[in-house]
Amino acid sequence: MPDASSPAFSVSVRLGRVGWRDQTLWDSLDFTLAGGQWTCLLGASGIGKTTLLRLIAGIDDSADAAVACSDGAPLRGRVAWMAQHDLLLPWLSVLDNALLGERLRGGDRRGRRGAARDLLARVGLGDKCDARPASLSGGERQRAALVRTLMEDRPVILMDEPFSALDAITRLAIQDLAARLLAGRTVLLVTHDPREALRLGHRIHVMSGKPARLEPAQLPHGVPPRALDDPALPAMEAEIVRRLADSAGAGR
Amino acid sequence: MNALRPLAVFAGLIALWQAIVWAAGLPPFILPAPARVAATLAERWDFLFAQAAITLLEMALGLVAGATFGALCALALAQVPPLRRWLLPVVIASQAVPIFAIAPLLVIWFGYGIASKVVAAALVIFFAVTSTFYDGLTRTERGFLDLARVMGASPWRLLVHVRVPAALPALASGLRVAAVIAPIGAVIGEWVGASAGLGFVMLHANARMQTDLMFAALFILGVVGVALYHVVDLLLRRLIPWQPVTVSQD
Repeated sequence: MPDASSPAFSVSVRLGRVGWRDQTLWDSLDFTLAGGQWTCLLGASGIGKTTLLRLIAGIDDSADAAVACSDGAPLRGRVAWMAQHDLLLPWLSVLDNALLGERLRGGDRRGRRGAARDLLARVGLGDKCDARPASLSGGERQRAALVRTLMEDRPVILMDEPFSALDAITRLAIQDLAARLLAGRTVLLVTHDPREALRLGHRIHVMSGKPARLEPAQLPHGVPPRALDDPALPAMEAEIVRRLADSAGAGR
Repeated sequence: MNALRPLAVFAGLIALWQAIVWAAGLPPFILPAPARVAATLAERWDFLFAQAAITLLEMALGLVAGATFGALCALALAQVPPLRRWLLPVVIASQAVPIFAIAPLLVIWFGYGIASKVVAAALVIFFAVTSTFYDGLTRTERGFLDLARVMGASPWRLLVHVRVPAALPALASGLRVAAVIAPIGAVIGEWVGASAGLGFVMLHANARMQTDLMFAALFILGVVGVALYHVVDLLLRRLIPWQPVTVSQD
């Protein structure tokens, strides 16, 4: 439920050097998350995508991270985070997991139960509200995690390859679902899958090299989620794969 | 079939016992035959049952006291890091001194009744609980902590809603060990100074060469110990149903 009353703010991120001894992940990274849009960051495994998200989210404070919002308020408290693993608590029901944020902040769980049930029904988990996560399939678990992320109702969403462990068909379905439910929010999705970035991103940055650098954003045509058979996609995908492969070769 | 397996093992052990008695021709005061022990058990059942009830009560109270104290200790260590430097040496020292050495003191302090035995049992139990629970509390999955941090959880709510539930399977392992070692504390307490209980019976039977009574008491102690373990195990399985068993036990 994007809040239409307040216009989405953009977020500019400026990261200092991150590395251990002589291993440098990057010397500096600068980019902007356009308000209300999906920004995709594409890079190979191990390039530091997760570290980058953790720095922005404020989970990791081991390096310099200057994060500024265009509305002047701090980002802290206005971010929801969706990780590669669903991170559903195994002892809570799906419904209680969806309301985890309220539980951890001592918020109004009872009052938001209806909203959580509605959202779970919308992602096809209406009959799984009382089930434990262990009885869910991988796709169902990630959908439950998506609902938990949505229930946070934050303007900025950070996603760390949340769909990478799913099979191709399930992945397509949940990408569409996420694009629909997160429309209007400011999203940063890091991924190693060029097709995912091309389907979902308004802006796509390729992150490559060692130490890593960010290329200027590409702005594919059309509105996400783009159809798989969009005629422009294959050429762009081939180009991105070529650049990722080049930088991988150069890094070795 | 599963229920029969322990019975078969038990019957095998009895047969081996009988075979040793026959083969070695041992006199009854060294090693009484199983039948003789069974007869003593039947003959003195009322007496033995009353003594066993006292020992069981000591073990159960010791288990509750030790588990409670152990869990609180682990929570304090996990939640207040500076406490670790002060409390941990004390906790370890309490285990380094054998319970046998402390038991006479406990009798002086807490008397000949069941209090000193409960304390002895609690003392041998609490470390197993503290160390396993503390271990669980400090090994919460990184992702859970990160998620909670982004969600804005307070340390207290993080502990109650994430770290403690995540550590319950570890605590359960500690409680299972505790259930098995509870008899050690109770019986040692009874040996040092008591007027009732299975340990008291064994000590006196031993002094009078009543080996059959000694074995009867030992047998009951074994049964009580196994029963205590299974009750604890069953309770834990009920209370922590999400505990993953990833490797088949059969």
